[in-house]
Amino acid sequence: MHFKPRATEALANATLQANLRKFQSTGFTALRAKAVAEFGLELFEKLRGEGAAIRDRSLANLDAWIERFEAQAVGRGAQVLYAESRDEACELLIDICRRYGVKKAIKSKSMLSEEAGVNEALSAAGVTPIETDLGEYILQLADEPPSHIIAPALHKSKEDVAGLFQTHHHRPRKDDIPSMTREAREVLRQHFLSADLGISGGNFLIAETGSGVIVTNEGNGRMVTTLPRVHVCITGIEKVLPTLEDFSTLLRLLTRSATGQPISNYVSLFTGPRGRHDSDGPEHMVFILVDAGRTNLVGGDMQEMLRCIRCGACMNHCPVYRAVGGHSYGWVYPGPMGSVLTPSYVGLEKALDLPHAATLCGACSVACPVKIPLPELLRKLREKQVERDLRPRAEMAAIRLWSWTAQHPRLYALATAIAARFLRILGGSDGMIGMLPFGREWTRGRYFPAPKSRRTFRALYAARPKGLPPAL
Amino acid sequence: MRVGLFVTCLVDLMRPSIGFAALKLLEAANYEIVVPEAQTCCGQPGWNSGDRKSALALAEKLIDEFEGCDYVVVPSGSCAGMIRVHFLEVFRDEPFLLARAERLAARTYELTEFLAKVAKRAQISGGFEGIVTYHDSCSGLRELGVKAQPRQLLAKVAGLELVEMEECETCCGFGGTFSIKFGEISSAMAEKKCANIEASGAQAVVLGDLGCMLNIEGRMRARGDSKTRVLHVAEVLAGVKEE
Repeated sequence: MHFKPRATEALANATLQANLRKFQSTGFTALRAKAVAEFGLELFEKLRGEGAAIRDRSLANLDAWIERFEAQAVGRGAQVLYAESRDEACELLIDICRRYGVKKAIKSKSMLSEEAGVNEALSAAGVTPIETDLGEYILQLADEPPSHIIAPALHKSKEDVAGLFQTHHHRPRKDDIPSMTREAREVLRQHFLSADLGISGGNFLIAETGSGVIVTNEGNGRMVTTLPRVHVCITGIEKVLPTLEDFSTLLRLLTRSATGQPISNYVSLFTGPRGRHDSDGPEHMVFILVDAGRTNLVGGDMQEMLRCIRCGACMNHCPVYRAVGGHSYGWVYPGPMGSVLTPSYVGLEKALDLPHAATLCGACSVACPVKIPLPELLRKLREKQVERDLRPRAEMAAIRLWSWTAQHPRLYALATAIAARFLRILGGSDGMIGMLPFGREWTRGRYFPAPKSRRTFRALYAARPKGLPPAL
Repeated sequence: MRVGLFVTCLVDLMRPSIGFAALKLLEAANYEIVVPEAQTCCGQPGWNSGDRKSALALAEKLIDEFEGCDYVVVPSGSCAGMIRVHFLEVFRDEPFLLARAERLAARTYELTEFLAKVAKRAQISGGFEGIVTYHDSCSGLRELGVKAQPRQLLAKVAGLELVEMEECETCCGFGGTFSIKFGEISSAMAEKKCANIEASGAQAVVLGDLGCMLNIEGRMRARGDSKTRVLHVAEVLAGVKEE
């Protein structure tokens, strides 16, 4: 199913619409604005520039920084594995499970594991995956994908969650959020203590030290990365940063852009497995660095997308996302970043709607902490669709007919004169067209206002008396 | 000083009075006004649809028509943004045209931007009795930085009081071909805009782009509001009445 039919369902989903309204008025956008104002608007602008420059520096020599990361990480006792595809990432993970006799894996949030379908692959291999981020946990119970990269269960109501907990926890229904959270903690605690493997994502990889970083608020990430015998950090190859100093700049940007926090509740850097003198930490630590389409963007006209630090600001500020929610976008990443990433990673021909599912209003690129020109990238994807002949014939014919006519001013004058008269007839006495021929989509939910004059500006201007004020 | 007025295809067809209002404002500022009679479209529909060839042909036509002017003034943030920002990308691989596009871009202004920044002697003859609210169109706001200028000019209109609505910078849902590809979403976005306009208590919403104007007016009437007026800023500033 494509974006459009999903969006139609989303517009009719009352719970989702209520949640989106609340999200818009009191959610991350307002929190970000407050955090940016406190930081100082001009300083934050400068910081965005620095963030973009750091990401560009990382990407310009991505191979060198990854090698450096690997050397440092291996020097600290971690293993570094590479997966070219999403499937290969799952295979590597299952190999690790077999090698260490893993039966149960606890997970902290990882968008890459969503990309790769890690949970399905683990289950098929006889390993039980348990999501421990509260939002992701709720969705695992509901068997649904996330609808936001930071607030994955945004589309769920409190009542939905109460019902899920009642069904899956076999305990009396609770209706207040603190009790529900406490119940989830109790259930998850058993999993934390009994799991053999912890799977985390990685917000960043630090080449200088061979460390992985996760930026979280719930504390589950710290348990996932320290309690089980084995820790696997699975993330994209583009997440590498040269130095810890670079990381500190991006951290300032990330938390403010994502949730409006000056810093998140937990910032965890993991550098190698448990050392001889350490009192905790995993015995084995593995990084799985996944390509899955990323190198195709390196060095090309879409490379700026790889700057992305997954803060979610673009979707928070996107009026289309706020109207239809995340599931409409059909894959792991919603909103403007998803509309660029999905066709880039899954295939241009598999997501024809997405690059067009934006008004190019620019709210995303203004909010983006690393200044990704998202509207321009969406437009470039539209251009690639045209180049590869992937647009509907009628659409291309209409665009080319318009353009050709507009290149011939006399013909254009005739066409617009006819259009003005025709549209005025359709508009009737109140000048509002209820059914627009060749534009029926427009009139799904609104009128098309007819021209106010039977003659075009050009015709009126040409006919105006010289030397006199123009007649209206 | 010769000022070229690019009225835009939507004003030409849908609201000629806005073109004449712009003309009146520029004439009142004592400029020699040039209105190239063969002007049509800036190429934005093709450009945003991914059809570089279509955009290129129309962009070149526009440069031919306007490069003799000292300034190009456009009563639309989105078409001015096309010329000032996007032409440079349209001509990326055409160095000769790119140089001409760069020269033209540097002289191109959205109407209120021009009146507030360049034509400092501009007289605002308009009058409007009542409360209005201003909708910031996306391209004007984020590509050109049009924000304070229309408000400064509206403040000079006798009898007009400006109140700000919630989310005045949020897209109304037009988005060019978006409005005819995703009609339902586009209308839902327009509905939010109309609700914010209504909540502001304004008798009219004033804006600077025809796309937003048609979208907001179309939704406004469809939701049963026949009173709130939807006006282009040029009409309010020039005191031109709707016919």
